[in-house]
Amino acid sequence: MDAFLDGFAVVTQPGNLLYCLIGVLIGMLIGVLPGLGPAATMAILLPIVVTVDPVAAVIMLAGIYYGAQYGGTITSVLLRLPGEASSVVTVFDGFALAKQGKAGTALGIAAIGSFVGATVSIVALSLAAPVVAGWALDFGPAEYAALALLGVLLIATIGSGHPVKALIAASIGLLLATVGRDSFNNSQRFTFDSLQLADGLDFVVVAMGLFGVGEILYNLEERHGKVHVPAAVANIWPSRKELRVAAPAIGRGSVIGFFLGVLPGGGAVMASLAAYATEKRVSKTPERFGRGAIEGVAAPETANNAAATSSFIPLLTLGIPANASMGMLFAALLVLGITPGPQLLEERPDLFWGVVNSMYIGNLLLLLLSLPLVGVFVRILRVRPAILAPITALITVLGVYTINNSVFDIFVMIAFGILGYLMKKVGFEPGPMVLAFVLGALLENNVRRALLIFEGDPTGFVTRPISGTILALFLVAAVFPVVQAVRHRRAATVPDETTHREDALR
Amino acid sequence: MSDERTTPRAGEGDILAELEAEVAHELEEHRPAAGGPAYQVVAALVTLAIGLLGAVLAQGYGLGSLERPGPGLWPMVVSVVIVVLSLTLLLVGRGLRDSERFSRASVLPLVGVATFIALAFLIPTLGFEIPAFLLCVVWLRFLGGESWRSTLAVSLGTVAAFYALFLYGLRIPLPHLF
Repeated sequence: MDAFLDGFAVVTQPGNLLYCLIGVLIGMLIGVLPGLGPAATMAILLPIVVTVDPVAAVIMLAGIYYGAQYGGTITSVLLRLPGEASSVVTVFDGFALAKQGKAGTALGIAAIGSFVGATVSIVALSLAAPVVAGWALDFGPAEYAALALLGVLLIATIGSGHPVKALIAASIGLLLATVGRDSFNNSQRFTFDSLQLADGLDFVVVAMGLFGVGEILYNLEERHGKVHVPAAVANIWPSRKELRVAAPAIGRGSVIGFFLGVLPGGGAVMASLAAYATEKRVSKTPERFGRGAIEGVAAPETANNAAATSSFIPLLTLGIPANASMGMLFAALLVLGITPGPQLLEERPDLFWGVVNSMYIGNLLLLLLSLPLVGVFVRILRVRPAILAPITALITVLGVYTINNSVFDIFVMIAFGILGYLMKKVGFEPGPMVLAFVLGALLENNVRRALLIFEGDPTGFVTRPISGTILALFLVAAVFPVVQAVRHRRAATVPDETTHREDALR
Repeated sequence: MSDERTTPRAGEGDILAELEAEVAHELEEHRPAAGGPAYQVVAALVTLAIGLLGAVLAQGYGLGSLERPGPGLWPMVVSVVIVVLSLTLLLVGRGLRDSERFSRASVLPLVGVATFIALAFLIPTLGFEIPAFLLCVVWLRFLGGESWRSTLAVSLGTVAAFYALFLYGLRIPLPHLF
C-alpha cells in the first residue's frame, strides 16, 4: 500500500507530470493522424526518450500508447478512417452518428467510455499485478520458456494478418535474435565475420527500422496527396438520456476489455469486437446497430482502452510483452538497464507504481483534453501528411545515430526499413517479427537452461505442472485458429476468406 | 453501414465472425489493389530460402546434443520451422489477397531510401544541418508536391528545431557544422 502511494508521489513530481502530459498529447496526435501507429512512434522516439530519467521515459511511452487509443476514435467517427485497428468497429455507429450531425455526442461518449474503461482496468491492474508477479517469482527456466513460446504463438496467431505468415515472420524474428555471440559458449553465429554484428543486432535499431522507417516508406507510397475533410463537430457533451443508454455498455466494455487485454496478441482489437458483439446481442433493438446506436460507440471504445491498460500486466509482471507497443516499452526498459519481470515490483517499486499510477493521471488528462480540444484535433487532421513525412524521417535517422554514434546503425535501420516496407507489400506484418526478436534470447536461453536442468530430457517441460499447463494452453492456442478457419469456410458467408485485419499489434 | 443480417438467435460467435468479416471489408476499402499469386509465391520462396540458409549455417555451428545443446541447435530448430511454414504457405497461400501491387507510386519509397542512405553517408563529414535540409527539400517538394514556399519554410524550420532540440534541449552530440 505504501509503495502504491509512493507511486503517486513519483507521478506528481513536476517533471514526470510533464512527461506524462507530453506522452498523452503525442499519443493523441498520432492517433488522430493516420499513418504512424503508437508502436512506430515509440520506436522512433526511443533514442530520444532514453536520454531522460527512466521513470519519466516509461511514463511518457506508456502515455503515447494509451493516448493513441483516444485519438484513433476521432478519425473513426469523423472520417470513417480508423486510426487504429481497435477502433474499426467504432466506425459503424460512430460515422452513422456523425452523418446524423451527432459527431460530438459520439466523441463525447467515446471519451467518457475510454476514461471509465481505462480507470476500471487500472484499478484491476493495481490489484492483480502484484499477485501475478508474486506467483511468477517461482518460475524457473522451463516455465519461462513455455511462457515465451506461448507469447510468441499468441502474438502471431491472434494478432493480425494470415496466421502462417505471422508465424513465419515470428520465426524469422527468433532467428534474427540469434545473430551475434552465443551467450553460452561465446561462438559467433550469423555474424559473417562482421565486428559490428558480433554483439548482435541492436533491438532499438531493428524496431526503428521495421516499424519506423518501414512505415514511413509505406506511407510515402500510399498516403501522399490525400487531404481529409472532416465532418463538423458540435455539442460534445452527451445528454443525460444518452449517458443512461451508454452506461451499461461502458460497464460491460470495461470488464470484457480488461480480460481480453491480458491476452498476448490483438487484445484491444478482440476486446472491441467482443464488446460490440455483446452489446448487439443483449440489445432489445439490435437493428439499431450500424445506424447510429450510441452503445455501438461506447462499448468498443471503452473495451479497447480497458484492454490497452490491462495489456501492461504481462509486461510488468512476467516480462512478456503482449503487443508491439508493449514490445517497445520492453525495449525501452532494457535500454534503460531494467529487466522487466516478476522481480520488477520488488526491485523498482518506484518505477512500477510510478508507471501504473501515471495511467490514472494520464487518462484524466486525456479526458480533460479530449473533450474541449476536439476542435483543435479536428483541425490537425487537415495537416498534409507530406509535411510530417520528412520530420519523422529525420527523427529516425538522427535518433538512431545518437544511440551509439554509429553510422553502421543507420544502415542497419535502413535495411530493416526496406524489409519492413516489403513485408507490408506482400502481406506480412512486422509486429510478430519484432516481438519474437525481443523474446528470442529469453526463449532460447531458457530452453537451453531447462534442457541442462532436465539433463536433455525434453519431457521435463510437460511434466512440471506450471510449464505443462502453459504448454497445454499453447496447444489450444495453436489448434483454435485452425478450427476457426474451418468453421469460417463452412459458413461461407464471408466475402473474402482471408480475414486480414489491419496491424493489430501497433 | 446498414446491417440487415441480424440473426436474433445467433450465438455470440456468429456475431463476432460476422463483425470480423465486416471489419475486413471496411479495411479493404482503404487498401490499394492486391498483388497476384506471384507476390505470394515469391514471398514464400524468399522465406524458404532464409530457412534453408539458416539451417545450413546452423549445422556448421554445431548442434550438440539435448544434454549439451550446441550453439547451432536452437537456430536449427527455428530454421526448420521456417522451412515447414514456408512450404505450407506455398501450398495454401497462392490465393491470398493481402499483398499490394507495386505501382508507379512505388518509386517514391525508392527515392526515400536513397535520401536516407545519402544522409547516412553525409552526416559524419558534413554535419547534419545541410543534409537534413536537403532531405526535407526532396521529400517536401519532389515526393510531397509542396509549393517551393512551404518547402523552404518547413525545411528551415525543421532543421532549426532539430538543432535546438538535439544540441541544446537534449544535449545529444550530433555532428554539426555550426
